[in-house]
Amino acid sequence: MVSFESSRELKDGGEPVIGVLALQGSFPLHLASLRRCGIRGRRVRKPGDLAGIRGLIIPGGESTTMENLARRCGLFEALREAAGAGLPIFGTCAGAILMGRGAERPDRLELVDVEVRRNAYGRQVDSFSADLFLAPFDRPFHSVFIRAPIIENPGTRLDCEVLGKHGENPVLLRSGRMLLATFHPELTDDLRVHRLFLRICGIEEGNAPAEALEETSNRQLRKNSY
Amino acid sequence: MNEENIDAVEGVSNWEEKVGLAKMLVGGVIMDVPNAEQARIAEEAGAVAVMALERVPSDIRKDGGIARMAPVSKIREIQQCVSIPVMAKSRIGHFMEAEILEALSADFIDESEVLTPADEAAHIDKTPFKAPFVCGARNLGEALRRISEGAALIRTKGEAGTGDIIHAVRHMKLINSEIEELSGTGEWGLWSYADKHNAPKDLIRQVAAEGRLPVPNFAAGGIATPADAAMMMRLGAEAVFVGSGIFKASPDPQKQASVARAIVRAVTHFDDPAELVNICQNVDVAMRGEDMADTPEEQLLQSRGW
Repeated sequence: MVSFESSRELKDGGEPVIGVLALQGSFPLHLASLRRCGIRGRRVRKPGDLAGIRGLIIPGGESTTMENLARRCGLFEALREAAGAGLPIFGTCAGAILMGRGAERPDRLELVDVEVRRNAYGRQVDSFSADLFLAPFDRPFHSVFIRAPIIENPGTRLDCEVLGKHGENPVLLRSGRMLLATFHPELTDDLRVHRLFLRICGIEEGNAPAEALEETSNRQLRKNSY
Repeated sequence: MNEENIDAVEGVSNWEEKVGLAKMLVGGVIMDVPNAEQARIAEEAGAVAVMALERVPSDIRKDGGIARMAPVSKIREIQQCVSIPVMAKSRIGHFMEAEILEALSADFIDESEVLTPADEAAHIDKTPFKAPFVCGARNLGEALRRISEGAALIRTKGEAGTGDIIHAVRHMKLINSEIEELSGTGEWGLWSYADKHNAPKDLIRQVAAEGRLPVPNFAAGGIATPADAAMMMRLGAEAVFVGSGIFKASPDPQKQASVARAIVRAVTHFDDPAELVNICQNVDVAMRGEDMADTPEEQLLQSRGW
């Protein structure tokens, strides 16, 4: 089994906040998943938004678009620095692509020393879902793969722990405080992968009531704009 | 309330993967591109996907004639030069164009009023396709009819190729106010609403319960500037399609790229006016456009489909 070390001491006993990179992609879904875990989420669009967060999620979406936008608002280097300083980061699909290595576009953050190949299963018609047994969980996880990448098998390397596979391909991988998924747990109701990441962040359980955690969402803006 | 749930519309194949891809495009800009060179400009500017088409809508308006699916060779060429999703348009009701696009592995098929309709009675039955479809809608009833046919993504119709945002604004506000109205309606009201708007009752009930469409809703038609794009996001669009607004802004590819980059950033930072000032400061061109507010209904592309 996986062991989880607390990544940071809780400062001043404040409520923990998890950042979600909100440049493009499935960030609203990750914020909703965090909310259902009872955890406050914060949209990260500028380097200043990283201050004080206990962990960061890089969502699914288009990795080239996210890289492009992250560079232009100074987040690309800021994310590398934050990871270097020990910030736990969880990437799904495009997020995992940005966290890994790769020869093709986009430029990667290279937070984890594994190769992540883009669009490795093919185009949208090759997207699929599967109920997979993942090492940390006792029941299968319904995993949705959308134009998914493939993480090259890290073999017996000690710094990488493969927590789940589809066929021969790792789909959930942990390396220190980094967690990579090539599928989209944010597309389902199942919060187990998010809770796994929260434990990597040293957060055992959120207890804030869900209503208090609602951020400015598109829906609220829609209401406000009338 | 689980707004993030993917609720399967009955009988649609690969619903999870289809709506899943739509949700991955959220917060992005999908750009119309008629060739590989412009596709490359779009990708480098940060487009989340490109739409391969024969001519951009403003040229279709200008040239007239029958507008059809883009040539296969052109779609292939675009697929080979970019790594982001490549969408393509089929005519309304032209299921053969759609089947060809699916066989070509188009990532999304836009059954589009911008092309000349092929069937005056029926839209494509989108349920058996493995490729996801996006369709335009002017109101909630139209959106739900398309979703019941299997569309995994809705966009406003707006009025394509004009650079005039007024119709997209109208469609987005109408859909959202209809959803809001529905949310406060009791069971009997839902039934009469379904009859009045010729919309499927199960979807009407779902929208009333969740306060949103069962699929993402993007903006399209007449978006020409970063401010237009940000405005549509503020009105509740989850992403933006831009057609003629980029490549008709200027003949200079560098200026086109600067407009494209600015629109991409504006969609991300739509609720931050100070950042929008930074974003807009290098943009000094916009497509000339055409005032469409008083154009008679029969001359509008949006009145194609029902």
